[in-house]
Amino acid sequence: MSTVSNTNAGPAKGAVRVMTGNEACAEAAIAAGCRFYGGYPITPSSEIAEILSKLLPRVGGKFIQMEDEIGAMGAVIGASLAGAKALTATSGPGFSLKQENIGYACMAEVPCVIVNVMRGGPSTGLPTLPSQSDVMQARWGTHGDHPIIALCPRGVRETYDLTVRSFNLAETYRTPVILLLDEIIGHVNEKVFLPDRIRVVERVKPGADVTEYLPYQDTDTDVPPMASFGEGHRFHVTGLVHDETGFPTNNPEKIEHVLRRLNRKIDRYADRIIRVEEDRDENARVGVVAYGSTARSASYAVRLAREEGIPVSILSLLTIWPFPEEPIREMANRVSDIVVPEMNLGQLAHEVEWAACGKARVHKVNRIDGEPIHPQYVLDAIRAAARGK
Amino acid sequence: MIDFEKYLRIKKFPLIWCAGCGNGIVLKGMLGAIDRIGLDKNKITVVSGIGCSSRATGYVDFNTLHTTHGRAIAFATGVKFANPDLTVLVVTGDGDATAIGGNHFIHAARRNIDITVILYNNWIYGMTGGQVSPTTPHGMRATTAPFGNPEGSFDISRLAIAAGASFVARGSVTSPVKLSQYIEKGIRKKGFALIEAFTPCPTAFGRQNKMGKALDNLEWIKERTIDVKKADALSPEELEDKLVTGILVDVEKSEYTDLYAKLVESVRDIPVDLHIPEREVVPASIAVAGGEEL
Ligand SMILES: Cc1ncc(C[n+]2csc(CCOP(=O)(O)OP(=O)(O)O)c2C)c(N)n1
Ligand code: SF4
Repeated sequence: MSTVSNTNAGPAKGAVRVMTGNEACAEAAIAAGCRFYGGYPITPSSEIAEILSKLLPRVGGKFIQMEDEIGAMGAVIGASLAGAKALTATSGPGFSLKQENIGYACMAEVPCVIVNVMRGGPSTGLPTLPSQSDVMQARWGTHGDHPIIALCPRGVRETYDLTVRSFNLAETYRTPVILLLDEIIGHVNEKVFLPDRIRVVERVKPGADVTEYLPYQDTDTDVPPMASFGEGHRFHVTGLVHDETGFPTNNPEKIEHVLRRLNRKIDRYADRIIRVEEDRDENARVGVVAYGSTARSASYAVRLAREEGIPVSILSLLTIWPFPEEPIREMANRVSDIVVPEMNLGQLAHEVEWAACGKARVHKVNRIDGEPIHPQYVLDAIRAAARGK
Repeated sequence: MIDFEKYLRIKKFPLIWCAGCGNGIVLKGMLGAIDRIGLDKNKITVVSGIGCSSRATGYVDFNTLHTTHGRAIAFATGVKFANPDLTVLVVTGDGDATAIGGNHFIHAARRNIDITVILYNNWIYGMTGGQVSPTTPHGMRATTAPFGNPEGSFDISRLAIAAGASFVARGSVTSPVKLSQYIEKGIRKKGFALIEAFTPCPTAFGRQNKMGKALDNLEWIKERTIDVKKADALSPEELEDKLVTGILVDVEKSEYTDLYAKLVESVRDIPVDLHIPEREVVPASIAVAGGEEL
C-alpha cells in the first residue's frame, strides 16, 4: 500500500515559497511561456489578473483588462492566433460568458488556457465561497459536440504543475484547456517547493513553404500544424464548419470528416491526457473518488478509516475531462462501494456511476452550502459503506 | 488601374451577396485604400464578426479571421496587442458592432487601439432576413418591427467620437471614391479609426420598406446624405432626417499599443521576484507522439 501523498511537498529543492493557488497559477503561467493575459476581474480569481498585470510587462508580455469576459476570451484567441501563449482567468458567472468563444477556440483549434476558480452558483451565487459546481459546465458549457480538456489540482504546488501542463496540452493538441481551481485552492497559503526545471511545449509550426499551407490539414497525429498571423501564410479562420483549407463547407462528407477529427484529436490521446493518482489497498472493499480540494479532505478521511482498520483505496482525479473512465472501471472491479465527495450535487458522481457500470455501488457525499467537505463527512460515508449500508 | 484580383481569393467567388447589395463597393474601397498605401498583404489581418458584411473576410487574400457575432473588435484587440506590427482591420455590420458588440466597440475606441473599423451600415440585419437593428430609423419597418420601429436609432459615428476614437469618417457607397479615401485615412491613422459606410440592402431593408428596385435604394441614400461642410450651415431641424457624411474627427492622440510599449520600457529595470525554472523545450510534435511525459 502506498502512502498518502502530500500534494504540497514537491522534491525538496528549488525555491521555497509560501503562496496561494492563484499566485502559483500566475507564476507558473509565466514559467510556461504565457505572454498574453486578457481578462475581466471576478472573485475569487482576481489575484491572478492582478499579479499578471505586474509581472507580464516585465517579461515582455501583454496584460489587458477587457470590458467583459466575452471580450477577454475573444482577445485571448486573437492573441494566440498572432502567436502568443495566452491565458484568461475567471469564476462562475464569467465562465458562463466565455462559453461561446471557448467553443470557437475548440472549432478553430486555437490553443489557450482558461482558469476557472470555482465559487458557488448558480448565478452570482456565493462569490467568496468554494464550490465544484462548474465541472459539467467545463465539459458541456459551450454548444455542439466538442472535445475538451479540464484539469483539477488538489493544492498549491499541484496548481503550479497543472498550470504548466495546461499550456503544454493546449499547445500539443491545438485546443483550449480548462484549469479548474476552487476558492479554497485559489486563496489558501501553502508552503511549496517550486520546481527547478520544467518541460514546456511549443506548438507545431508548418514548414517553410507558405503556399502549400492547409491550416486544418489531415495529419497522422490529427493535430494540424499552426501558423501565426503575419508569417506569410494568409490563412482563413472561422467558427463555421470548414474543410482542410479553413473555408466554410456544407458538404456532408467534409463536415463529418472534420468534426470527427476534432473529437478524435482528444479522444485518441485520452490515456496520455488523463492523470490520476491512486493510493490503493489491495484488501479494500470501499473506494473513494475525489478531485480538487475535496481530494485533500478525502485523503485525510482515508487515513482515519485505515487507522480504524477499514481498508480503503482512493483515486484522485487530476484530469477530469476527458473522464478517467478506465481507472474508475478498474476500481469498480475491485471494490463493492465507491464514495464520491463533491462540493456540488453529484455532478461527477453520475459519471463515476456510469463508468462503474453496476460493478460497484456509488455513494454521493455532497455539500453546496459554501463550506468545504470536512474529512468527517467522507469518513462517515466510508464507515457506512464498509458496514454494507 | 488597381489590380484588385491581387487582393482577392478568386477561387472563393461568386460572392454570397445579393444582386444590388452595396457590400462589394465598400469592400472595393478597402482594397483600393490598401493598394494606395502599399501595405504588405502578409502583414494585414482582417477580422470580422457575423453578418452579410462580415463574410468579406472569406474573399480577401490576407490573414483573415471570421469570429463570433459582435466580437470581431475583441478578437482584433488580441491580435493587434499581441503583434502590433500587424495592420488590423475590422469588417462589421451595424448590428454586429453596435447591438451585440456595442461594448467592445466603445471600449476599443476609448483605448484608442490602432484598429481600423469599417462598419457597413445598412440599417437592418441582412443575414438573418431583415430584423430591426439599433440603426433602423424610428418608424421604418423590419420583420421584427412590422408596424414601424418604435425605438430610436444610434448615431454610430457620434458614439465613436464620444468614446474617444481618433479618426471618424462617414461615407456612402453612393460616393465610392470618397469612401475609399476615408478608409485610406483611417488605416494611415495611428489609433482607433471608424469608417461608417452607408450601404443598401435591397433584399431586407429595401423590401421591408417598399423602397423599389436596387437603384431606388441607392437614391434613398443619396437623397439623405449631406456633406459635413454643407451640413454646418443647416439648422438641427433641417438636418433631422439627413445622414451627414465626411471626416467628422481627425485628431492626434496617444495610441494604446505605443503606450503599453512605453510602460514595458519603464518597468524593465524593476527587479521581479519570480522563480523562473530552467525550461526544457519540447516540440509539440514529440509531445503528440508521446515521446515526452507531460
Ligand atoms: C450570438 C448570436 N446571436 C445571433 C446570431 C444570429 N445573427 C447572425 S448575423 C445577425 C445580424 C447581422 O446584422 P448586421 O450586423 O447588421 O450585418 P448584416 O448582415 O446586415 O451585414 C444575427 C442576429 C448569431 N450568429 N450569433
Ligand atoms: S441580405 Fe442585404 S446585406 Fe445581405 S447580401 Fe443581401 S442585400 Fe446584402
